Amino acid sequence: MGKNRVIRDFKLNKLLYLMILPVIAYYIIFHYIPMYGALIAFKDYSPMKGILGSDWVGLKHFHDFFSSYYFTRILKNTLVISLYSLIFEFPAPIILALLINEVRSKTFKRVAQTITYMPYFISLVVICGIITDFTNADGIINRLFMLFGYDGQAMLQKPELFRPIYILSEIWQRIGWESIIYIAALMSIDQEQYEAARIDGATRLKQIFYITLPGILPTITIMFILRMGNMLNVGFEKIILLYNPVTYNTADVISSFVYRKGLLEFGWSYSSAVGLFNSVVNLALLVTANYISRKVNKSSLW
Amino acid sequence: MQMKATFSERVFDVVVYAVLLILIVSTLYPLLYVLFASFSDAGQLVANKGILWHPLGLSFEAYTSVFKNPGITTGYKNTLFILVCGTVLNLIMTALGAYVLSRKDVLWNNLFMGLILLTMFFSGGLIPLYLVVKGVGLLNTLWATIIPFAIGTFNLIIMRTAFKGIPDALEESAKIDGANHFTILFRIIIPLSMPVIAVMILYYAVDKWNGWFYASIFIRSRELFPLQLVLREILIANSTDSMASGASAGDRFQIGETIKYATIMVATVPILCVYPFVQRFFVKGVMVGSVKG
Repeated sequence: MGKNRVIRDFKLNKLLYLMILPVIAYYIIFHYIPMYGALIAFKDYSPMKGILGSDWVGLKHFHDFFSSYYFTRILKNTLVISLYSLIFEFPAPIILALLINEVRSKTFKRVAQTITYMPYFISLVVICGIITDFTNADGIINRLFMLFGYDGQAMLQKPELFRPIYILSEIWQRIGWESIIYIAALMSIDQEQYEAARIDGATRLKQIFYITLPGILPTITIMFILRMGNMLNVGFEKIILLYNPVTYNTADVISSFVYRKGLLEFGWSYSSAVGLFNSVVNLALLVTANYISRKVNKSSLW
Repeated sequence: MQMKATFSERVFDVVVYAVLLILIVSTLYPLLYVLFASFSDAGQLVANKGILWHPLGLSFEAYTSVFKNPGITTGYKNTLFILVCGTVLNLIMTALGAYVLSRKDVLWNNLFMGLILLTMFFSGGLIPLYLVVKGVGLLNTLWATIIPFAIGTFNLIIMRTAFKGIPDALEESAKIDGANHFTILFRIIIPLSMPVIAVMILYYAVDKWNGWFYASIFIRSRELFPLQLVLREILIANSTDSMASGASAGDRFQIGETIKYATIMVATVPILCVYPFVQRFFVKGVMVGSVKG
């Protein structure tokens, strides 16, 4: 190490450094300056004074948030929605991949994949438009229920129905796409293992549990860790398209709250404090999940 | 050596196919419903109380209204601008970053990589980003939906892994012939990585086509709204009235219903026509990304 090495490296790789310059500039401007900008969480930001000129208020905004009525509500909603999607949405693509893996007809396999990928490419706005329309008091879903003697109701106005609608539509949209990574993992399992199992007389169900699932376990673990790191990142884009004041009680999550307080009500500093709290907890969750997974089954992100 | 299928094996097959069929139908039917409804006669559709298996009557009225709507056409134009410029910028930036970071003996690469990876797990948040976009003067321009999202970090990592997998020998011989890094990247590396590039184009393009949130906070002028923002007004805020001008209030409500479905089709069909062609690259794209290193 030393000055000489730095200079030699720079002379040799001048062009490479020139090439990566815009990339580094991008990350500094649009990722690192916002991190620095998160300082306004500890200040009373006013656009007139700028980030540096605004007055320090320490932890006031955090204190306000933790002691407010919203804190428990949005934390609970975020965790509950995350937990539901962990329980119901996370396993869905794994099951789909296993099912597709058991199909022998190539054509059927391909058709099933193409069709289940489709919803992933439909925009969120359109998906939410369809959800809004279908769950209307006279929408198609209610018409189905009415066939069985239920009364029609505007489902998105029911706080208790928000989470099921959210999770189900999430599964509908993402199951195919998220199965791709498991299908890729399935393809790398050694086929001779199945051959051997068949000779030993193992049923296909047994083969799934003793060969296929263990074979894709590392992939499942990695996806699980990533999911854990995102526990507090419930997709707020979808939530702000679907919720309304009637359903805030079950639907409002941390990120939708940040959006509302910050950009609609201009509580810049307060909202940044909430956002920062979210980022820090996320990071902590990710590190914890990674640590546990490394201890338990030796696969980890780092 | 195919053994005779036992009874339980056959039951297993039936269950697999049945579950998949149910899944396929429940994926497809909502979209078919929208398709049928968009071609239906407005009055018949509103009166309908059952399930829809085919268009009720055949009417193109909704589509004519959609294409006559200035919001939709300028929305389309803005989205195409964002899509083309955005995806090109995304690809150039991602390729530049991936190329340099895939080189072995660059002194600062580890530092760069660390800086980039950290942004995947920690971010300053929405408000600080808004302040930066405002600070660099991008607010209320189409570029506000392009430049702040010039690189998807995950995509960068996928591309870097793909570039790393290309044998060094090819570059060495090019270097001997006097090629510089730009030539190597654009003449050798990129042509050899077409499957990954195809997946990248798809990822980025879908993102641009479907993006609405950042446009909704960065763009104020209506004439700059991308398609998805226009759609949000029509579909979520329920304002089809302006499109059904000249009709009586009752008719307007009825036509409004079919207009909604026609709008969904117009905004969705283009992207649904594209992805099956790139589908064979999906698995490959994911595989490349999941290899560590």
